[in-house]
Amino acid sequence: MIEVQTKDHHLICILEGVLDATTPLEVSVDQLRNKKVQLVGRNIESWNTDFVVTLFNVLQGVPKEHITYSQIPQGMEQLLRLAFQSPYKEQEVTQPKLPFLERVGDAGLCFCRCVKKGCLFIHACLVSWGRQLVGKAVYRRKDFWMVLADCGPKSILIVSLISFMVGLILAFVGALQLKTFGAQIYVASLVTIGMTRIMGAIMTGVIMAGRTGASYAATIGTMQVNEELDALQTMGISRTDFLVLPRMNALLLSMPILILLADFLGILGGCFVCVLFWEVPLSEYIRYTINSFHITHFLVGVFHGVVFGLIIALCGCYFGVHCGRNADSVGAATTNAVVYSIVWMIVMTGILTVICSWIGI
Amino acid sequence: MDDCDDRHTDGHLLLDRDMMKQNAIIRVENLNIGYDGKVIMKNLSFDIPKGDIFIIMGGSGCGKSTLLRTLTGLIPAQAGRILIRDTDFINACSKDKLDIMKHSGILYQSGALFSSMTLAENVALPLQQYTSYSRDRISQIVSFKLALVGLCGYEDYYPSEISGGMRKRAGLARALALDPEIVYFDEPSAGLDPVSSKNLDDLILEINKTLGTTIIVVTHELASIFTIAKNSIFLDKTIRTISAKGNPRELLKNPPNQQVYEFLTRGEPNEKGTK
Repeated sequence: MIEVQTKDHHLICILEGVLDATTPLEVSVDQLRNKKVQLVGRNIESWNTDFVVTLFNVLQGVPKEHITYSQIPQGMEQLLRLAFQSPYKEQEVTQPKLPFLERVGDAGLCFCRCVKKGCLFIHACLVSWGRQLVGKAVYRRKDFWMVLADCGPKSILIVSLISFMVGLILAFVGALQLKTFGAQIYVASLVTIGMTRIMGAIMTGVIMAGRTGASYAATIGTMQVNEELDALQTMGISRTDFLVLPRMNALLLSMPILILLADFLGILGGCFVCVLFWEVPLSEYIRYTINSFHITHFLVGVFHGVVFGLIIALCGCYFGVHCGRNADSVGAATTNAVVYSIVWMIVMTGILTVICSWIGI
Repeated sequence: MDDCDDRHTDGHLLLDRDMMKQNAIIRVENLNIGYDGKVIMKNLSFDIPKGDIFIIMGGSGCGKSTLLRTLTGLIPAQAGRILIRDTDFINACSKDKLDIMKHSGILYQSGALFSSMTLAENVALPLQQYTSYSRDRISQIVSFKLALVGLCGYEDYYPSEISGGMRKRAGLARALALDPEIVYFDEPSAGLDPVSSKNLDDLILEINKTLGTTIIVVTHELASIFTIAKNSIFLDKTIRTISAKGNPRELLKNPPNQQVYEFLTRGEPNEKGTK
């Protein structure tokens, strides 16, 4: 319980009984501001830090030299004295909300800065690539092989599984519709064209964005946190040469091979469904598959894959290199790398599809 | 800053500023440092003589590491000049900058070893980048540099397999790979136990003595400061510039201001601190 008395311009707060979070404080910060306060203890049965926190908050406006203690439990007094040791900081005045136009302008400027940063990064990568072509790029071949092993052979299992399942789903969904016309044999054509032209590339791209792009961003981001990127810079070694080039090369090399595998396993998945569930003879399925297979579709798919590989490598490395210097930033960089990779892959798919239809392939 | 004292290592003679300037391997003139357009420290001017062990000291968050990052070219200076080996480092062309970088080594707070490389590969990296030595020769140099820092036989270990103190020593071996004229240390004692910290201090003294390397250390560890420092500057957060220069022991005897006295005595009450 707290009782407040006024005496000779002093406020006397008498603390009594059980003092905890539920004890009502019938006094406000404004009442006590710049006053002289005497805290008097009387028959205090028990107290805890919850009460001290509440009391401290109420006494915030009182200069510490204006507070006197009398018969207050030693622990409580020490806690309060300790808390008052730190200088009182006035609450910062919150910034008034900017007008709408100013906010739009700020967002526009921020967007321009991001675009500029992205363009500078792509420029640096192109320069590094040029240096590589004339044999002047500095990176360890060992790093390249390690990255290649990670994004190539180690990705085979997951790419195979997902592609097989995608082929299987395509076949199921397609056959359900085509069966009504007794044309379930055309599922072979649907799966073959769908997988080779776009689905194989997109599914491989999404898997690689989640697996490899995220890994690039996390690895390089952690290097930023550990000052390894600073060490490279002060050694005069280009970060894009040393870190981006091996990763970009590895993805550009491994994507076409993974797409080839994805196409094959997707077609196999379709075959599995047609032969086992829709009673299509295996020989017929193979014949229709061979008839539908066109090298142009396959090359369009592979080209998509190469572009996706480039996008994943650039996004992963960009967000890694521009990562902050704490654990949260590494998490954010990883998330951004995956999200932006997928978004840009979809955008590029749209653009490439329009271009392909213009040139008639 | 004009009232700052420059004192000789033994504390008896005032250094002749002109002599010091002639001998300076790094000269900083009216430097403003900061980032994102925010000035953290301004009007920094000091000379670092060749072969010196120079301490940049100050409280937490005063801008010591920012100054080091500016001196090493990791962040741009906002104003002023940095002359390293008589070359204007800020406005130097990339070739000159690279030349200066080749003559400098840095030991980062965390060691900053590349985690995917062994210690030998880490130390070999600058040698592969800047020399045309054969693989065998590089391997010999790497073993020698690792032996110098007490890591003989650890060539094939990865940074994750060794202790923090060993990582710092390996980082130092990498910093020394090209026999630099200047070695920068960012908080070398941070995260080390007292014995490892003392060993690192001894190593710094040995390197300075045997190789004549100019050593610049950013730290607020008093034990290290009093053990290794020949000269120092004190960065004062409140006035956002240098508030004292000289040998730390001399600064402790005759503190130029309250902040320096409190810093060098771990905040002891001051009876004679303020001049």
